[in-house]
Amino acid sequence: MADPTPTLHQLLVESAHRLPDQTAVVDPERNKHISYADFDALTTQIQEHLRDAGVVSGDRVGVYVPKSIGSISAIFGILKADAAYIPVDPTAPASRNAFIFQDCTVRCFIVDSTLLDGIQAEFDDTYTLEASRLEFADSYGIELSMVKVTLNNGDVQNPPVENLAYILYTSGSTGKPKGVMHTHESGLSFVNWCAETVGFSEKDTFSSHAPFHFDLSILDIYVPIKHGSTLVLIGESLGKQPARLAPVIAEHEITVWYSTPSILRLLVEYGELDNHDYSQVRVVFFAGEVFPIKHLRALKEKWPHPRYLNLYGPTETNVCTYYELPSEIPDSQVDPFPIGPVCENDKALVLNGDSTAVEKGEEGELLITGGSVMHGYWNLPERSAEAYFVDDEGVKWYRTGDVVKESPEDGFIFVGRRDRMVKRRGYRVELGEIEAALYRHPDVKEAAVIAIPHEEKGILVKAFLSIAEGGSKSLIAMKKFCSENLPLYMVPDNFSFQPALPKTSTDKINYQALKTID
Amino acid sequence: MADVNGLDQAQITEITEPVKEFILETFLPGEDPSALEYDTPLISGGIIDSISTLKLVTYLEEEFDIKVQANEMNADNLDTLSEITTFVISKQ
Repeated sequence: MADPTPTLHQLLVESAHRLPDQTAVVDPERNKHISYADFDALTTQIQEHLRDAGVVSGDRVGVYVPKSIGSISAIFGILKADAAYIPVDPTAPASRNAFIFQDCTVRCFIVDSTLLDGIQAEFDDTYTLEASRLEFADSYGIELSMVKVTLNNGDVQNPPVENLAYILYTSGSTGKPKGVMHTHESGLSFVNWCAETVGFSEKDTFSSHAPFHFDLSILDIYVPIKHGSTLVLIGESLGKQPARLAPVIAEHEITVWYSTPSILRLLVEYGELDNHDYSQVRVVFFAGEVFPIKHLRALKEKWPHPRYLNLYGPTETNVCTYYELPSEIPDSQVDPFPIGPVCENDKALVLNGDSTAVEKGEEGELLITGGSVMHGYWNLPERSAEAYFVDDEGVKWYRTGDVVKESPEDGFIFVGRRDRMVKRRGYRVELGEIEAALYRHPDVKEAAVIAIPHEEKGILVKAFLSIAEGGSKSLIAMKKFCSENLPLYMVPDNFSFQPALPKTSTDKINYQALKTID
Repeated sequence: MADVNGLDQAQITEITEPVKEFILETFLPGEDPSALEYDTPLISGGIIDSISTLKLVTYLEEEFDIKVQANEMNADNLDTLSEITTFVISKQ
């Protein structure tokens, strides 16, 4: 019997029915690939093993597996078992991943067998773990184990969330990660919007660059599977090595690329893009951070043909605004491009500090409601309630924490993070604006600015820069450059020159780590 | 280095060099000393802010035994090493 409500895994079932022999997933590092028919069958086997282990509708099941045919099969197997998957960073400490699995009370988790001992050691004797090998998946270059988790003092499983598809844990301000819950409806709302807006077919080959615990992966996984396209998995280490990664894009004839701007910049700089033919790339999505215009320009010089789309949205909303770049970047363009209009499946609202709507064109916080917005944070009812603004008609709007202003032609312009606005000498300073100015310096490769409390000055604004080879590392020259491009109250107090800026596991600049650098 | 208001080179160096050293050490740690030139704009160039200007004035008062009025602590008098030197000499 067909599923009464549409689901994410139904996309696979339908594509497997339509295109059984088409290659669904390629793992270039392990030199493996799988057809749609085999992929569908493999995920059904995983579903059956989960059911045998007692997984029932509404359960959560963890995925602690490096990117591979094994990990993506685990995801679809879990969804087919009517459970929600919780992907964790395979390179993160086992203790963090165990915290996440315990936090969302997983019934089971699927783990790369080489990581099994490490995570089992993180569960104390209040749990009983029963591990079993999933040998049927061995031929895809990775050994999977399934671990059933039982609480010894009786079942205190949290109540199920209806139609929950996945929980992505993001770093929380309290230091403990918090779980963003998405249902099949919110995932599909985004996937279908993306399909309708951009247009794909089974002839496309998609990159899967983002790790599965990162929200960019939702496009990577489900949009190609919906279309019967081929998905090329780019694992954790290959993804960070531009000289190895660039030939993979050419060799596998990837037509749709999606990553953070940081990775695209690395590809331009170290990928030796002149050595291969990339004319097959037809769509480049980027998201996750601001793309400094000079790096974008350098990329467009190497890859002039594709459509470029800037996707914007916190994990909580999926993608909620988008902007397609003009085919030529005007010479006069120095500021990053807008984040664009709200996606057709969502609605946007811009509010000022006292929760009243701003005049069009004025700055305010962006709020989003609609199909793609999360269900809430796992097991954090208060945090979930705080995350929304409820209007007079009872509509819940997610507060993005991002300050925007609406332009008449281009939708929204990103101004900065609400929590990255500081008051300095009485002026409101947006740290991102200082970064944008620093990126205009021809020698600056990377720029990040933080504000820290300071006894004497109130706050100290510190800029961290990585400088192109042979570039000047003069504080005076940098301060002078800033004073020529910014009001004096925005000139950073300190500059720190680094060989490269620290990155998070999702390749964004790691601001927490910067705070620990003197 | 050009003469300032007809003062001789030695007099100028006596003031300029320690001031330069103080600015480099206090506000520009790690900077190449040759990057701080005689006419580098310090206040208008964003190199020293208002709190740093106060620190500079405290230093000038102690080091050269002069008294600086509140209304003199600004970019008109203290924006470059050259101006600082002239200012200090005029106060001595």
